[in-house]
Amino acid sequence: MTTLVSPPAARPAPQPVRSTGGRRRQLAVSRALLWPALATSIVLTQIPFVVTIYYSLQRWNMLRPGDRGFTGFDNYARVLSNGSFLSSLGSTVAVTGTSVVLSTLLGLLFAVLLDRKFVGRGVARTLMITPFLVMPAAAALVWKWSILDAATGMANWGLSLVGLPPVAWNTEVPIVTIIFVLTWQYTPFAMLILLAGLQAQNKDVLEAAAVDGAGVFRTFTAITLPHLRQYVEIAVLLASIMLLQVFDPIAIMTRGTGGTKTLSYLLYERAFVGLEVGEAAAYGVMTVLVTILVASVALRTLFKVFSKEGIDR
Amino acid sequence: MMLTKTARRKAAPAGAAAAVLALTLTACAGAGGGNSGTSGEDGGPVELTLATVNNPQMKDMEELKSAFEEEHPDITVNFIQMEENDLRDAVTKDVATDGGQYDIVTVGSYEVPIWAQNGWLADLTQDLESDADYDVDDLFQPVKDALTVDGSLYAVPFYGESSMLMYNKEILDEAGLTVPEHPTWQEVADIAREVDSDEVDGICLRGKPGWGEVFAPLTTVVQTFGGTWFDENWDAQVSSPEFTEAVQFYVDLVEDAGESDPVSTGFTECLNNVSQGRSAMWVDATVAAGLLEDPESSQVAGKMGYAHAPVVETEESGWLWSWNLAIPETTQHRAEALEFMKWATSKEYHQLVGEELGWSRVPPGARTSTYEIPEYQEAAAAFAPITRDIMLAVNPEQPGVAPQPWTGIQYVTIPEFQDLGNQVSQDLADVFAGRSELGPVLDNAQELAQQAGDAQK
Repeated sequence: MTTLVSPPAARPAPQPVRSTGGRRRQLAVSRALLWPALATSIVLTQIPFVVTIYYSLQRWNMLRPGDRGFTGFDNYARVLSNGSFLSSLGSTVAVTGTSVVLSTLLGLLFAVLLDRKFVGRGVARTLMITPFLVMPAAAALVWKWSILDAATGMANWGLSLVGLPPVAWNTEVPIVTIIFVLTWQYTPFAMLILLAGLQAQNKDVLEAAAVDGAGVFRTFTAITLPHLRQYVEIAVLLASIMLLQVFDPIAIMTRGTGGTKTLSYLLYERAFVGLEVGEAAAYGVMTVLVTILVASVALRTLFKVFSKEGIDR
Repeated sequence: MMLTKTARRKAAPAGAAAAVLALTLTACAGAGGGNSGTSGEDGGPVELTLATVNNPQMKDMEELKSAFEEEHPDITVNFIQMEENDLRDAVTKDVATDGGQYDIVTVGSYEVPIWAQNGWLADLTQDLESDADYDVDDLFQPVKDALTVDGSLYAVPFYGESSMLMYNKEILDEAGLTVPEHPTWQEVADIAREVDSDEVDGICLRGKPGWGEVFAPLTTVVQTFGGTWFDENWDAQVSSPEFTEAVQFYVDLVEDAGESDPVSTGFTECLNNVSQGRSAMWVDATVAAGLLEDPESSQVAGKMGYAHAPVVETEESGWLWSWNLAIPETTQHRAEALEFMKWATSKEYHQLVGEELGWSRVPPGARTSTYEIPEYQEAAAAFAPITRDIMLAVNPEQPGVAPQPWTGIQYVTIPEFQDLGNQVSQDLADVFAGRSELGPVLDNAQELAQQAGDAQK
């Protein structure tokens, strides 16, 4: 008791000067020790961005090396005025949003199914995960040639079995073909995370619910779904981050036509087809700004995982 | 570009990585990091660095380079195979910084005039004309024209191609139809519509977006219909009646008698359709004939007929493409580079490829004398004579009905064209799909083209 009380009473009074001086020195040493790490992380993470900003202020087409120079905010003016940025942003939201929602819903369905005990569950799980392990470019090629080919693809063969006319997938519904492929690839990803969530569920609670007479549906909506919320959030967040960068199926199947020109494909086109380094950099900077804006709003308001309440729970 | 589908495929993931990171436009800076030619002082051994696109013909060259090195014990040649975009980036950087890393580069015919005007390539006229053994006049004249700027030759073709009409004789015979040697587009369209059925497409024409995909054949159609991208004063002509009529004709033909999924269809897809007998006709690169006549990969080998590309108002409508060797201005070993370049594009090299690797692998479309080699004539009997005729007949200086301010057939030799062609072709995909009308699409294209044209004035 006394030992606990006396030191705080004694500490501030006798040695304030020595203490702050020592602390200052200590702080200086700590800061000095921190600097190399801080500098390294600034260099590693921020230099490319700074260089991109620098490029975005340049007039620079790779095939006109002589005509390169500072151009102020012309590139940004072009990005904002020519309309591709907004339409591309729309495409990105449509492609990413739809695929993420579908993947999560299907993932939840499969996770619930695979959470049961049955013979061959291990095999079934492995099979279900496979699409996520296939390289994106390979997956896109398989879909393009084996499944969605207008003349010999399995999709049209399936349609013909039920008497429906063939569909020229990439010409008529390009955005649907991209969403097909992405949903196919990312459903296993969402399923894995949600399955982990289901298995972390407290069996006692489920038992209690059963004892209290809750049916399967009621148990699922009242207990399992609220429990899964954080897992769903993580799945949606990670899938969105990965799908925002998607490129392969668009380059291989639709070439940015019919509302599939997402921001990453647009950037690729400006930089490697248009060879407009400055303009591409300006698109890059704009993309980062929009992403930061959207992410900070979304993460703070929608996702409990990142809020205090989420952690406290 | 027209040919290297493998190169294109590989382009996607590489580009993806770079584009997706968005911030790392600098990423490619190191892409070309090859060894610089370690130099020898006069008389010492010299190491040449050759930067090239990764297509099969170039791999053949690398396989055979030892023959050159044996003849020239002082010179070794290192090949750096790159994807097209990386190559451009690497060479641009090297030249801009006076690096002198590359002694020989491979350049497509679209870029030779652009690079030459930038002062990146060495003028080869004197060196080649003074060497009687090299016989520079043996190179196909139209190809040479496409590589010449203001009377100076800046590159030599390693191989070249034009385009032509290829048709399945079996299918047409069954329908009792014949194709003249110089067909018109109207005749071809009529035949295509007549033989088109549920099992067989009347014709296969590229519809895949990209300046080197759909706009390779489509630009030739526009030209033979009397249209053009730009008039002599660089004023855009995209919304002109001729341009519109040609594109409408092309879209209608594909709709009525073409492949069912045009936006997916490029060179590879058409090759696939035709070689499986699912398309009766095809207008595309002359080198496709070699692939169609290969019994191992094609079910129609020996059943194909070949004719000149269909025309309307012009005499010829074939395109012109070549992969070429050029020497960057920055090289430290110009003489040795020239020596290797001459060897790799010489008559002896063609002989060597034929003897060592097989006559079907001789680079086509570079030298007229190749078409007089009996073994080659035999190996390529079905298509060699007509390829030669077309390659000699096309005119890259004025492929359409009116004079144009650039040299080139299926493309406009300005830096902005890749971008322009690409954007317009993406909008055309909407026309193929019926999501847009042609009129507004071409009006929009006219504006884009005018911006590109204004940059040339």
